[in-house]
Amino acid sequence: MLSPAFLSQLRKLLPDHCVLHAREDLVPFESDGLSAYRNTPDVVALPENESQVAAILRLCHANQVAVVARGAGTGLAAGALPVDGAVLLVLSKLNQIRHIDPLARTATVQPGVRNLAISEAAAVHGLYYAPDPSSQIACSIGGNVAENSGGVHCLKYGLTVHNILKLRAWTIDGQLLEIGNDTLDSPGYDLLALMTGSEGMLAVITEVTVKLLPRPQRAQVVLAAFDDVAKAGAAVGNIIAAGVIPAGLEMMDRLAIQAAEAFVHAGYQLDCEALLLCEVDGVNEEVSDDILTVHDVLAASGATEIHTAESEEQRLKFWAGRKAAFPAVGRLAPDYYCMDGTIPRARLPHVLKRIGEMSAEYGLPVANVFHAGDGNLHPLILFDANLPGELAKAEAFGGKILELCVEAGGTITGEHGVGLEKIRQMCAQFAPPELARFHDVKAAFDPDTLLNPGKAVPELHRCAEWGAMHVHGGQLAHPELPRF
Amino acid sequence: MLTEFVDRIRSAHAANTPLVIQGGGSKDFYGNAHEGEVLNTRALTGVVDYQPKELVLTAQAGTPLAEIEALLAEHEQMLAFEPPHFGGNPLPNPLPNPLPQAGEGANDALRAPKSSNATLGGCIAAGLSGPRRPYAGAARDFVLGVRMIDGTGQPLRFGGQVIKNVAGYDVSRLMAGALGTLGLITEVSLKVLPKPAAETTLQFELDETAAIENMNRWAGQPLPLSATSWHAGLLTVRLSGAESAVHAAQARLGGEWLHDAAAFWQRLRDQATPFFDKRPLWRLAVKPTTPPLNLGSAEWIEWGGAVRWLASDLPAATLRDAAKTAGGHAALFRGTAPVDGAFAPLAPALLTLHRNLKQRFDPKGILNRGRLHPEF
Repeated sequence: MLSPAFLSQLRKLLPDHCVLHAREDLVPFESDGLSAYRNTPDVVALPENESQVAAILRLCHANQVAVVARGAGTGLAAGALPVDGAVLLVLSKLNQIRHIDPLARTATVQPGVRNLAISEAAAVHGLYYAPDPSSQIACSIGGNVAENSGGVHCLKYGLTVHNILKLRAWTIDGQLLEIGNDTLDSPGYDLLALMTGSEGMLAVITEVTVKLLPRPQRAQVVLAAFDDVAKAGAAVGNIIAAGVIPAGLEMMDRLAIQAAEAFVHAGYQLDCEALLLCEVDGVNEEVSDDILTVHDVLAASGATEIHTAESEEQRLKFWAGRKAAFPAVGRLAPDYYCMDGTIPRARLPHVLKRIGEMSAEYGLPVANVFHAGDGNLHPLILFDANLPGELAKAEAFGGKILELCVEAGGTITGEHGVGLEKIRQMCAQFAPPELARFHDVKAAFDPDTLLNPGKAVPELHRCAEWGAMHVHGGQLAHPELPRF
Repeated sequence: MLTEFVDRIRSAHAANTPLVIQGGGSKDFYGNAHEGEVLNTRALTGVVDYQPKELVLTAQAGTPLAEIEALLAEHEQMLAFEPPHFGGNPLPNPLPNPLPQAGEGANDALRAPKSSNATLGGCIAAGLSGPRRPYAGAARDFVLGVRMIDGTGQPLRFGGQVIKNVAGYDVSRLMAGALGTLGLITEVSLKVLPKPAAETTLQFELDETAAIENMNRWAGQPLPLSATSWHAGLLTVRLSGAESAVHAAQARLGGEWLHDAAAFWQRLRDQATPFFDKRPLWRLAVKPTTPPLNLGSAEWIEWGGAVRWLASDLPAATLRDAAKTAGGHAALFRGTAPVDGAFAPLAPALLTLHRNLKQRFDPKGILNRGRLHPEF
């Protein structure tokens, strides 16, 4: 609990409407996009400018009160879950686009600006901001930086870390950090990379300068059906081996296809095991060449049906099914739990087979949606939270899927972040000395562990308690490393 | 093999012995002067894994960059950040290496060494990128994972071999450009990309102001740009992509077709033209739209206007102020570094973070002491 004295000092820093403490005002902030994790915040601060952010941080630092930063609250890993006795610092009122420089192709924006709003504002100049997480109509750029958000266009256009130039951020003791600049590199360590994906653990961002790209002249999509998931997986590698880097390359399995088709009638073939959506974009002539190459490769890879979208309307229709896959799967069961592992693409058949086997063991169906181009797998575990024990079962199953991804040479999170949700699996992915270095990085910025404490990096003793220093098939993780 | 490096660093840590990490020595000139026992990485050699269809290559740090690029080329792939090789000391070569004959071509052969010494580890530790950088990304953008040994002799692994990975802080990218001051890189995983099917280079006679404007204007249009350069009244632009796209762009932009384009870009990448022989050679990184700096020396402009090279005897402070005003920073690239170091001084809050990170990864400051920053 926060002391009345602290709360009264906090209220002095902000106008009345910027501090929420009544129970009914706090409830909307009890979870982020992962609603299975809830905790009512003690107090919510909604600063309206940068100096208020700095003042709040200084006050919290002086009183050793923790701070959890939150953007639009669309995160999927409980990264913005309120922490007991902490201030929930909501940055959504910092929502101004400060400046767009069309010639230098940059936009300088406050952290609460929505991802899509940047592209909308830049459209008049023929420019856009490339990373497009599926929540882009709602998620904000500050959260995108905190999570290093991706989207369906990552393989070609990169993640958030590849598309930002400069940050203004504040340390917990209220010092301004100006990280990056208006050129393409900076002297010293790459703190821009370190800040990106740091899940609000290092500093609080108040301004982001992003790169803008010229809008591609043209985009075209091919839809291909396969009677075997392994063939579809191989086709992905074959497209890349043919020298094409698609703008988007998505795969859905049978259950996901059926759910999507029933929901939005995208025109998907139903009697197939996998669908691939391959979009190429760029200069007009290049798209014409690439689309032919993609068509030929898909045919040679054993696609049972191939359709090239003939119009923009048809392109959007093909995409509609994929984009609605999550809500569509949501119609199949009262709840679903979305996982976010990444694997080397070649391991896809093996991983999907094992997920299928575990699905039978746990008695919970799984629909698989896959950013196939970059190996990012989103298995959606179907369950009913109202049945006793089902949520715990779904979580246990999900944890096993993530450990499977690590075993396959991948990672527990491709784009959603660790937050609180995957903190146990961090023990499976990293050895204790590596986790210790993560704590060191945190301590370099926040020695008192006041920013988003308890998230993203597990305490070493917790790994031991969870028994999660996993020994897979008799092998310790990373046996090649000498241990001292 | 790795154990030997671990032992060596553990002993150096225990004895407080400074180490100088060296690969092929091709970038010994870069950064501040630093002293210590040489720890050479060339024994850590070999490609560990390369899956062309995954677009991922993993190799040990001492592997020659040239070997990696040759392997990638066999599969029509490349390191898209076009890393500089520079010259370096010649590798010991068991085969007789015929000296270039005087006369025709001799100068070129000397200036663009066929067998460069640059290693993968040095390439990532220096974090330098070549002409394709503004259009494809920097060395750090392609780093997927590293294995490293920190300053206490602890082997560590960060990142991985997959393109999307947000588990833990991005320590592998932090290693790119850290000049070995946070740890010895022992292995690197990189994202690689297909080689463009076609490439062509065009030249335009333009003054500096017009060239800078064109570089920026074209970058905002859907054109397959892959490199830009301006020097002595000549704007040079490379286009890469599908043949049809390159032809269409060429028809649109006009200009004179450059015959020996590959050599032109390689010489620029490796600074193998007389312009770059002058000392002190400064690198001013600025906002790409910055108008001509007019600092009294001839400039060579790269990276769509974001990098301005010049040999200048002006005081470091003058050059640093000019770069800072233009949204960037100035580094002494070749020559004797000023007293405050080769790289632009860090703001106090950032310097504190640098000290803290260095202290955590290399508590006794034994790794490349002073190379990145005179203090550590």
